[in-house]
Amino acid sequence: MIRLRLEARPEPSRLAGWLSPIVATAAVLLIGFVLFSAMGKDPWQALYVFFIEPVDTLYDLGELLLKASPIMLCAVGLAVGYRANVWNIGAEGQLIMGAIFGGGVALAFHDTDSRWVLAVMLAAGMVGGMLWSAIPAFLRTRFNANEILVSLMLVYVASLFLSLLVHDAWRDPEGFNFPQSKMFADNALLPNLVAETRLNVGLLLALAAVALGWLFMRKSLAGYRMRVAGLAPAAANYAGISASRTVWLGMLIGGACAGLAGVSEVAGPIGQLLPVISPGYGFAAIIVAFVGRLHPVGIFFASLLMSLLYLGGEAAQMRLALPSSVTGLFQGTLLLFLLASDVFIHYRLRVMRAPVAVAKAA
Amino acid sequence: MDHAAALLVLTLAAGTPLVYAALGELVTEKSGVLNLGVEGMMLVGAVVAFIVAAMTKSPWLGVVAGMAAGAALSLIFAVVTLTLQANQVASGLALSLFGVGLSAFIGLDYVSVVIEPIKPLSIAALSDLPVIGKLLFGHNPLVYLSLVLFAAIQWFLFRTRGGLVLRAVGESPQSAHAIGYPVVRIRYLAVLFGGACAGLGGAYLSLAYNPSWTEGMTSGRGWIALALVVFATWKPWRVLAGAYLFGGVTLAQFQAQALGVELPSQYLSMLPYVATIVVLAIISRDAAVIKLNAPASLGRPFHPDS
Repeated sequence: MIRLRLEARPEPSRLAGWLSPIVATAAVLLIGFVLFSAMGKDPWQALYVFFIEPVDTLYDLGELLLKASPIMLCAVGLAVGYRANVWNIGAEGQLIMGAIFGGGVALAFHDTDSRWVLAVMLAAGMVGGMLWSAIPAFLRTRFNANEILVSLMLVYVASLFLSLLVHDAWRDPEGFNFPQSKMFADNALLPNLVAETRLNVGLLLALAAVALGWLFMRKSLAGYRMRVAGLAPAAANYAGISASRTVWLGMLIGGACAGLAGVSEVAGPIGQLLPVISPGYGFAAIIVAFVGRLHPVGIFFASLLMSLLYLGGEAAQMRLALPSSVTGLFQGTLLLFLLASDVFIHYRLRVMRAPVAVAKAA
Repeated sequence: MDHAAALLVLTLAAGTPLVYAALGELVTEKSGVLNLGVEGMMLVGAVVAFIVAAMTKSPWLGVVAGMAAGAALSLIFAVVTLTLQANQVASGLALSLFGVGLSAFIGLDYVSVVIEPIKPLSIAALSDLPVIGKLLFGHNPLVYLSLVLFAAIQWFLFRTRGGLVLRAVGESPQSAHAIGYPVVRIRYLAVLFGGACAGLGGAYLSLAYNPSWTEGMTSGRGWIALALVVFATWKPWRVLAGAYLFGGVTLAQFQAQALGVELPSQYLSMLPYVATIVVLAIISRDAAVIKLNAPASLGRPFHPDS
């Protein structure tokens, strides 16, 4: 009788930590292979359409980076909180509030041709996201209310609020009664970055956030305190690291990044306010934060993967008549496999021979 | 009077999905495991129940299938957290995201399908009695079942040896393990039970409450159920009361429209979410009460060798 058993490692394995995103990605490919076969498609062709075709031209690469930017922004912000055990899962709502605040500025200054409009919009977007994330932070620090539930509830509230605005107060009077705002003026749109693509400077904002996120967590005292608060809450408390400061910082940084992502979307590829402005980027960012190991560099690559899943889903729908909801399925699978393979960070597999077998051999 | 009775019947109907999901989660949490995947399990329960009901023409087979689907999904969570020792918060989130994706994927062809729903009880003579007829005999069979489930859980947790062991595992897995109870196996069972209940709550939504399937049709009820367990400070009867309270709040939007209240519908749709936040803050503000009532090992992993 051979038994498998998990045995605690004396030290967590860094190698296993970086391997498990790769294992999880491989598992998603395998599941995709099986799933596409089961649906009567040629699995190799389907995988090609899903994962290769969306990135085989310059324009497509631009799309990949364009979609990756908001996810990257949200994920970098969330990771700061997650490192400190601050569970903000409402980035989607904070993103929507960022879009509302930024979009509100764009609409208010529609007829001014100042170059400052865009800058004010971006700042307003960050403020919007921060205000929305300040609610769970306040309720957690003042009333001890669980930030997971509060931040998630606020996603629904934010999306209803956006729906209210575009159906009513902010509806374009010349929009044939469609629930949408006016198109933003040119000075309220992010400038294009690479000719012949739709890629805009939102990517630079996201990359800046990645760099700042790395600096903050690695080089700043506040970032160090947050890491300690996450790794050893008791020790952090003993060392005088304020728990409520940690919650506030984690929440506000997450909200600011998500808000910036929201305003970049409406000032970028969308160009106006619509009832729905994000296909779940804020939720995808949760997965990206974990797959990227809560590390800015990892998050960069993980958001490219996530963006590819979105593009692949669209391509599979158009070219193979596969449902685009396969994207959501792959996203969830990716995170589940990642968490499962993370077991090897703290444990190793031991093959045990049960005593019966030993007695026989002897 | 008749109107009030009708309103009460509607409130019970609206609260029932929350009763199922929150009672199941309560049992899971009593064993010390926090499964944030309720929303995902409800959705998968709803869609599988609907598909099976549509294929077999038997809504009751659908109910069973929905429970099985919820339990199957929770099994993934159990393997990842209990055997593979993954973080419960992250894994629960993952399960919810996975369930949302999976249900949208498998339910795609069933969005506009019509099924034979599970209808409210109608007992000749009895259900037609004025006022009490509707109140006592006019509910959906699944509403009665949820009350039976409540009574069973209340009895099991606080009147049986099994319930005592389950609670002991939640309070102190180390001690329970030392006495010789199979902590991991008990937690597996508690998680599976929670999953089946969430699946049943989903099945109630898609087969009885609103017989249809639409993507994301739970609209956050799984998360509200999680909050309910906290509001209820882990007491089944308070879960029941809270679920009906929130059932009443979700009804407010339809009632207000009927009464001619001039308010954009979005404001009224926000109500359940805002109410959840407000009540959560009020109940949680006394950290000592939460600490006293929450299972002591909630959310902490347990490995028999360490």
